[in-house]
Amino acid sequence: MELSGMFNYEFVQRAFLAGMLIAVICSILGVFLVLRRFSLIGDGLAHVTFGSVAVVILLGVSPAYITLAALPLVTLSSLAILKLTRSRLIQSDAAIGIVSSAGIATGIVMASLSNGYNVDLFSYLFGNILTVTRTELLLSLIVFIIVAAMVIIFYDDLFAVTFDEELARTMGVKTNRINLILFILTAVAAVLAMKVAGIMLVSAMLILPPLIALQLSLNFKMTIIAAVLFSILSVVCGIIFAFLLNLPAGGTIVIFNIAFLLLVIGAKKILPLQR
Amino acid sequence: MNIISVDNLTFCYNGMEVISDISFAVKKGEYLGIAGPNGSGKSTLIKNILGILQPQKGSVNVFGQSLISFNQWNRIGYLPQRISALNNHFPCTAKEIILLGMTKKNTTALKRILERMGIAHLSARLIGELSHGEQQRVMLARALISQPDLLIFDEPTTALDPETRDIFYSITDEMNRVNGTTIVLVTHDTGVIGKYARNLLYLDKKVIFSGTFEDFCSSPDVTGFFGLDSQHIICHQHDKTEAGI
Repeated sequence: MELSGMFNYEFVQRAFLAGMLIAVICSILGVFLVLRRFSLIGDGLAHVTFGSVAVVILLGVSPAYITLAALPLVTLSSLAILKLTRSRLIQSDAAIGIVSSAGIATGIVMASLSNGYNVDLFSYLFGNILTVTRTELLLSLIVFIIVAAMVIIFYDDLFAVTFDEELARTMGVKTNRINLILFILTAVAAVLAMKVAGIMLVSAMLILPPLIALQLSLNFKMTIIAAVLFSILSVVCGIIFAFLLNLPAGGTIVIFNIAFLLLVIGAKKILPLQR
Repeated sequence: MNIISVDNLTFCYNGMEVISDISFAVKKGEYLGIAGPNGSGKSTLIKNILGILQPQKGSVNVFGQSLISFNQWNRIGYLPQRISALNNHFPCTAKEIILLGMTKKNTTALKRILERMGIAHLSARLIGELSHGEQQRVMLARALISQPDLLIFDEPTTALDPETRDIFYSITDEMNRVNGTTIVLVTHDTGVIGKYARNLLYLDKKVIFSGTFEDFCSSPDVTGFFGLDSQHIICHQHDKTEAGI
């Protein structure tokens, strides 16, 4: 199949649009999460998404609404991680570990109750951007608008909280509110990224683009922009290659992300950036 | 007018009292030094005053307002202790940090503070590329840029070389004497406290001493607690400053 021909299909157009929107959402949120040492939250929430999808499938929800139906549980789990971390009783990595284990355990039990692992559940494990529904595209657009608005309106507050949460509090930043918004949006992003990369690779969508951007030694604003650009580039290249070579899109997108990361690290070593 | 009022403040970590039943007030234009041994609760007290930690008992009022409803944070400049915990991979420039928290990005104020702190040449550099001393100067510039009415410093000069340390203290001293800025300084450096602060709060989980240097130097109770040598170092430095030596 030729490159130009693939865009004639509506499902490919939907995949590109949703993929790019989700890429922007994940990379923006990822910058804040990585810098605040919450990199593994994507993994944790992906595992919860697995449990939530298993519950939703067991309840017989129509496949078109599975993403939406999985959202409440994943959002609650994200807030549970935040609450556990804030309690100072458990460190953030351990809190993610607890919620992650609970998600996987729930998924396994629910899959067993629905007479073993079925095809639907496996399709969510590995994702398929080419099966994005109109509802999911609309949800991606809404979340994209919310994330973009959040960054524009609360840029200073987000920057301050990411730099030093205690210092931000002494500047009058409502840190609890910022954390709440960030963790809710991360939960939604994790559920959406499940469609692009699959549950197994959700965290890659959140972590890799910010890591590539961080290698470039830019200021804060430019780091966010660079992460967004690399994320979009990986999604576009990933979908094209997956479609032309009949490869799984999720894995291909993540491989492109890793390739860009290695490329930037290599270029940095060979050609030290002049500031 | 009291800029800070702390009443019967008690704070516990995991059920253990770190500071116990502390009360004191800081008046407008005062330069208060807070001293005490490691683990005496100095930083915990500062974090309670700034609302970072919430006390189990007691209350804090800042600028006559309870911390619960306090919203004039732009009147406070805070320089935290733990510059060493700064993430050196954090992607931001010195300029971005100095302007952090300023609702209106005032370029004139930025230029003035950069020159005053001797870091104009560092403004576009990433924070991770700077030495600890330079990073601390950037953080200090951030605390000073909006010319706050109250400055709170927690071990501010730990990473600074002697020259920068002198610049730091001369700037803050000038802000206190000329502009009437209220200053609360937490430090281990008893010589510095004696030289610049006019009042002293000595903590060891509770208030051991609170008052002026004259009271501190003439009190036999203080001699009994500190020992003659420590008391002399602080008082001698204070006397030299008062005499303009």
